Amino acid sequence: MAFWDYANPTRFLRFVQAVLPWLTGLCLLFFAVGLYMSFFVAPEDYQQGDTVRIMYIHVPAAWLCMMCYSVMTLSSIGTLVWKHPLADVSAKSAAPIGAAFTFMALVTGALWGKPMWGTYWVWDARLTSVLVLFIMYLGLMTLWRTMEDPIKAGKAAAVLTLVGALNLPIIKFSVDWWNTLHQPASVMRFDGPTIHPDILWPLLVMAVAFTLMFFVLHLMAMRNEILRRRVRALRMRAASAAQPAPAGAAQPAE
Amino acid sequence: MTSWAMALFQRDLRLSVRVGGSALVGVLFFLAVVTVIPFGVGPDLNLLARIGPAILWIGALLATLLGLDRLFQADRDDGTLDLMLMAGRPLELVVLIKCLAHWTATGLPLVVAAPVLGIFLNLDPVSMAAVTATLLVGTPALTLIGAIGASLTVSLRRGGLLLAVLGVPLAIPVLIFGVSSADAAIRDPVPFLTPFLILCALSLIAAVIGPIASATALRFASD
Repeated sequence: MAFWDYANPTRFLRFVQAVLPWLTGLCLLFFAVGLYMSFFVAPEDYQQGDTVRIMYIHVPAAWLCMMCYSVMTLSSIGTLVWKHPLADVSAKSAAPIGAAFTFMALVTGALWGKPMWGTYWVWDARLTSVLVLFIMYLGLMTLWRTMEDPIKAGKAAAVLTLVGALNLPIIKFSVDWWNTLHQPASVMRFDGPTIHPDILWPLLVMAVAFTLMFFVLHLMAMRNEILRRRVRALRMRAASAAQPAPAGAAQPAE
Repeated sequence: MTSWAMALFQRDLRLSVRVGGSALVGVLFFLAVVTVIPFGVGPDLNLLARIGPAILWIGALLATLLGLDRLFQADRDDGTLDLMLMAGRPLELVVLIKCLAHWTATGLPLVVAAPVLGIFLNLDPVSMAAVTATLLVGTPALTLIGAIGASLTVSLRRGGLLLAVLGVPLAIPVLIFGVSSADAAIRDPVPFLTPFLILCALSLIAAVIGPIASATALRFASD
C-alpha cells in the first residue's frame, strides 16, 4: 500500500527527492522533442499559416486545467474520506498550478483568436466555461489564503472543491445551452477525428510534456508546502517556548 | 420532528425580520441595482424591456449573495450554532430549515418586489409574470448555493466579499436558466417549460447539495 506509506511526510520527501530529477529530465526531453516537432516538423496550416502552432501550447494547457481540477477533486476526497495527511497539501499545491494553466489556455486562446476570428474574446461555450473554471481556481486560492489554520482551510477548500466538481458538468451544460440560444453561429473548431497525423503527433508529445511538467511542479510545490508547514510549526514552538521568559522577567517588577 | 423544525423556522424568521430589517434592506438594494442600470445603459425603453429580465435576475442574485453573510455568522457569534451542532438533530435538516427561513425573510420579498420593479423596466404583463415565476422558483436555489459559501466563510471576520466570489460561479447555471426561461416566455425561441423545468431541477439539486455541503463545512469550522 504505497498510498498509505507516503502519509509520512518524511518518507514522501525522500520519495520526491529520488523521483524528481528523473521526472524533470523526462519532462525536459519531451519538451525538447515536442517543441522541435511543433515548430519545425509540423506543417503550416493552409489557412492559418504559422499561427496554428499556438495550438501546441493552447490545447495541452486546456487539457491540463481540467486534469488539475480532477487531481484536486481526488485529493479533496482524500482529505474528507480517508483523512490522508498529504491530501490537502496536494490539493493546495495543485490550485495555483491549475490556475496558471487555465490562464495560459485563456491567453493563448485569445492570441490565437485575434488573427483567426478577428477578436480576442468571444462568448463561446468553451471559453466561457474555462473562464468560470479560472474564477473557481482563484476563489479556492483565496479561501486558502484567508484561513490561518492549514488543516481547517484544507477541509473547507475540500468541501468547496467537491461542490465545484459536482457543479462543473452542470455549468458546462448550461453554458452550452446559453451559447446555442444566444449565438447560433458557432466559431470554427477542430473536430477530433479529422486531425491529420502530422499535427496529431506533436500535439500528443506536447500533451505528455505538459502533463509531466504538471507532476514536476506539483511535487515541487508539495515539497515546499510540507517544508513551509514545518517552518510554521517550528516557529510556533519557538514562540510558545519563548513566551514564559518575558512573563517571568516582568513579574519581579510588579 | 415537526415541532422543533417549526420552532427553529419561526425563530430564524422572527430574528431576520426584526433584527436589522434584512427583508427591507434586501429589497432596497434590489431597487438600487435596478435604478443604476438605466444610468449605465441609457434610458432607452425598448432596450430596457429587452434586457429587463436579465437586470432583475442579476439584481436578485446580488441581493441574495450580499444578504447571506449573516446566515450562520450571528448564530456562531452568540454560540447558538454550537448548541445546534450538539443538539443531536441532523445538521443538514437544520441548515435546510435555516435556509428556508432566510429565503422567506429575504428572497420572497425580492420576488414580490420584482413585478413593481418590472414597471421601471418597461416589462409587459406576460414578461412580468414570467420573471416573477422564474424568480420564485430560482431564488431558493441561490440561497441554498450561497449557504455553502456562507458556511465556508463563517469563521472569517469579513467573509462577505469572499462568499460572493465563491458563490457566483456556482450560481451561473441558475442565472442562465432563470433568464432564458423568462426570455422564452417573451420571445419564445424555445418553449417556456423546457428551461423552466431545468430551473426547477437546479433548485432541487441545490436543495440536496447545499445543505449537505454546508453542514459538512459547519462541522469542520466548529471543532
